[in-house]
Amino acid sequence: MEIKPIFATLGRHKFTVCLLIAQIALTCAIVCNAIFLISQRLDRMAVSSGMAEHELVYMQLAFIGARPNAMARTQADLSALREVPGVQSAMIINHLPLSGSSSNSSLWLDPAQRMETMSATQYFGENLLSTLGVQLEAGREFSPEEYRDLDKIDKALQTGDMKEIPSAVLITRTVADRLWPGQSPLGKQVFIGRNFALTVVGVVKGLARPNQLERGAQYSLIHPVRLSMSAGSYYVLRCAAQDRERVLKAALAKLNALDPNRIVLDKGSWDEMRYNFFRNDRAMAGILVGVCLALLVVTALGIVGLASFWVSQRNRSIGVRRALGATRGHILNYFQTENFLLTSMGIVLGMLLAYAINLFLIVHYELPRLPLAYFPVGAVLLWCLGQAAVLGPALRAAAVPPVVATRSV
Amino acid sequence: MLSYYFRMAMHSLKRNKALTGLMVLAIAMGIGASMTTLTVLHVLSGDPLPGRSGSLYYPQIDPRDMADYGPNVEPPDQLSWIDGMYLLKAKRATRQALMTGGMVPLQPAQSSIYPFHAMALYTSADFFPMFEVPFQYGNAWGSAEDDSKARVVVISANLNDKLFGGQNSVGKTLRLQETAFRIIGVLGAWHPQPHFYQVYMGSYADEEDVFIPLSASRDQHMDHAGETDCWGNGGGDNNTLEHAPCVWLQFWVQLGTAQQAAAYKDFLVHYSQEQHAAGRFLRPPNVRLRNVMQWLDYQQVVPSDTRLQVWLALGFLMVCLVNTVGLMLSKFMRHAGELGVRRALGASQRALFGQLLMESGVVGLVGGAIGLLLALLGLWLVRQQPTDYAKLAHMDTRMLLATFGLAVCASLLAGLLPAWRACRIAPALQLKAN
Repeated sequence: MEIKPIFATLGRHKFTVCLLIAQIALTCAIVCNAIFLISQRLDRMAVSSGMAEHELVYMQLAFIGARPNAMARTQADLSALREVPGVQSAMIINHLPLSGSSSNSSLWLDPAQRMETMSATQYFGENLLSTLGVQLEAGREFSPEEYRDLDKIDKALQTGDMKEIPSAVLITRTVADRLWPGQSPLGKQVFIGRNFALTVVGVVKGLARPNQLERGAQYSLIHPVRLSMSAGSYYVLRCAAQDRERVLKAALAKLNALDPNRIVLDKGSWDEMRYNFFRNDRAMAGILVGVCLALLVVTALGIVGLASFWVSQRNRSIGVRRALGATRGHILNYFQTENFLLTSMGIVLGMLLAYAINLFLIVHYELPRLPLAYFPVGAVLLWCLGQAAVLGPALRAAAVPPVVATRSV
Repeated sequence: MLSYYFRMAMHSLKRNKALTGLMVLAIAMGIGASMTTLTVLHVLSGDPLPGRSGSLYYPQIDPRDMADYGPNVEPPDQLSWIDGMYLLKAKRATRQALMTGGMVPLQPAQSSIYPFHAMALYTSADFFPMFEVPFQYGNAWGSAEDDSKARVVVISANLNDKLFGGQNSVGKTLRLQETAFRIIGVLGAWHPQPHFYQVYMGSYADEEDVFIPLSASRDQHMDHAGETDCWGNGGGDNNTLEHAPCVWLQFWVQLGTAQQAAAYKDFLVHYSQEQHAAGRFLRPPNVRLRNVMQWLDYQQVVPSDTRLQVWLALGFLMVCLVNTVGLMLSKFMRHAGELGVRRALGASQRALFGQLLMESGVVGLVGGAIGLLLALLGLWLVRQQPTDYAKLAHMDTRMLLATFGLAVCASLLAGLLPAWRACRIAPALQLKAN
């Protein structure tokens, strides 16, 4: 295919050609970055919780007045909950993965270092592993005598009584790799709040944080701390997936019968919690998909429109070419090649622009660098779009009969 | 003459309906998307107290230990009880109020309404006059009630409607966390957005339903919600927050003039130096004094997704405009022969330009008008989203005018270039070509 005549023709429409190239370049740049943003959101939404996600229901309650001996009441609640038909395990926990707000603390490998090594979420609660379905990878679970009551720990913190502060800790694999890369973390010490040494007794496969996923989704610690029902904590029940609705209803009825003087702040299955946590990301991903589609449609229609104009404008010259022996295939090929050239120029410009937009996003939105794989994918996408858009007008051009050459306009 | 141009434009546009429709739609979609996102950004970054926000300041000091100390570290966002109470009692500003949020169990007298958790603000007397909070019935409490830990409560119009059918409820009793509080005031309509004075309960959250003296809330062991940041051996246990090395209180002051603000900043530095000398503050003085808009900016209350959406929509608008310009231009050039005839018959270049501009202007304006409708539809869609700012997404007159401005600019941009190119046709050349 001779491309020289194509350039010669395009040269006569310099301005329009420039506009079309600019449009393809902009579309290419925006779509590349938008797809990258979408993939970032999808990655975030695919975070692994480390739990038996589909088998958990939760309830968050608040007492209306002050409750003396909250610990005994909580234990009574839990044993009542364990009797609900279908419940395999029950516990009280300070917060759940993706529940929103979290309690975090700084970890130091060496208390003398100036800056913290990392910050991680602290999970409290008895029977955590068995209820949530968190998998132990190495080491052991807590022994019953290692557990301490949270209110006693608070008092101990004020008096400085170290005996009441539990020193055993379970960490996730990610935390282990971050603190001691390539070594076994079992038996190692890490400092929390600078003053308290914790000894790692076990490693769990994973346990996501309640929020701040961008600062390490699996940065979690599990402490042997016993909780009582207080603002913010959750009762969690594990049951078969199909029993969740029924178990939740029965559990709430049972708790209400035990003590009606409390308010249900929140309840549901953990799947619902996950769904709600990512609703903004889902909405944003939806918007991005919508904009990408709209951009591609607008650009495709623009190509169709321009190509149609050029076809009808060159009607007579097409007729002449046909009369001089060009086949339909030649004409079709001509318009397809023309479009390929225009799209290619747009893509080259678009890649540069995409890179510039990505730099802007890195600076203002702390986004990672656009992977190079996006460039060929974006190019192929636009080439396909261009060819599809030009096919209709090109076929019409190919259908122009040679006799047109003999007619005057 | 204009009506003639208009008829010519309509005639030309009708000749190729699909193309005209495409151009109109492209402009409409671009403008609709841009205006939707710009309106959301505009409402979210609005001034919560127009006219007053410049004289309201949020003092910050740094009482932390040397852990994580470095140059240019921002002081914590909140105050500890000791510092907050000192600054409150010092009364160095025209007005000052200390506050924190919480959720309080509320037991309605009627058995028809279940007990529920009401959003509460625990604050001090100056809160109401400082923020010019309007009252429907009764009034605020004074410093005497603050000092005596009085069990009094001011409720929102919303709660008053819910519990008392909108009647004057002043003097009635409200049971909060099993304790009787006397209602002394009912607020009128008051919806500052963003929820600037307490960003920890959601930047665009609804206003609190109950306002309780901070002293009484501590006396009654009411739970504080929001953020508690501790250092050293501090634990965030609610009952010991008064003595713990934790920050959990917000403090606002009213300072009429720039001199007053400068003097207040000096006072904060002086207080920090004193505490440093006494060994309570380990860091050198590190203070900030931001007014409302600076504070909202620093807290980045406008979600970054919203800004990203604006950029995305503007990019989309640009593609739509380029698309329209290209189509319009090739349309004009296609009829270049016709234009040549008109020129040959005596139409001046200016007249031709006017005619072409009319044609592209019609496309732009119709596109803009449809774009406005699309923006209204877009805002309706935003309001259906489950975010806490969804209900704010309404178009005001300023944004309506801006939309029209954008539509006119867009259509001129889309029209000027092609019209200017096309009207410079040499008539003889075009006639010869045919």
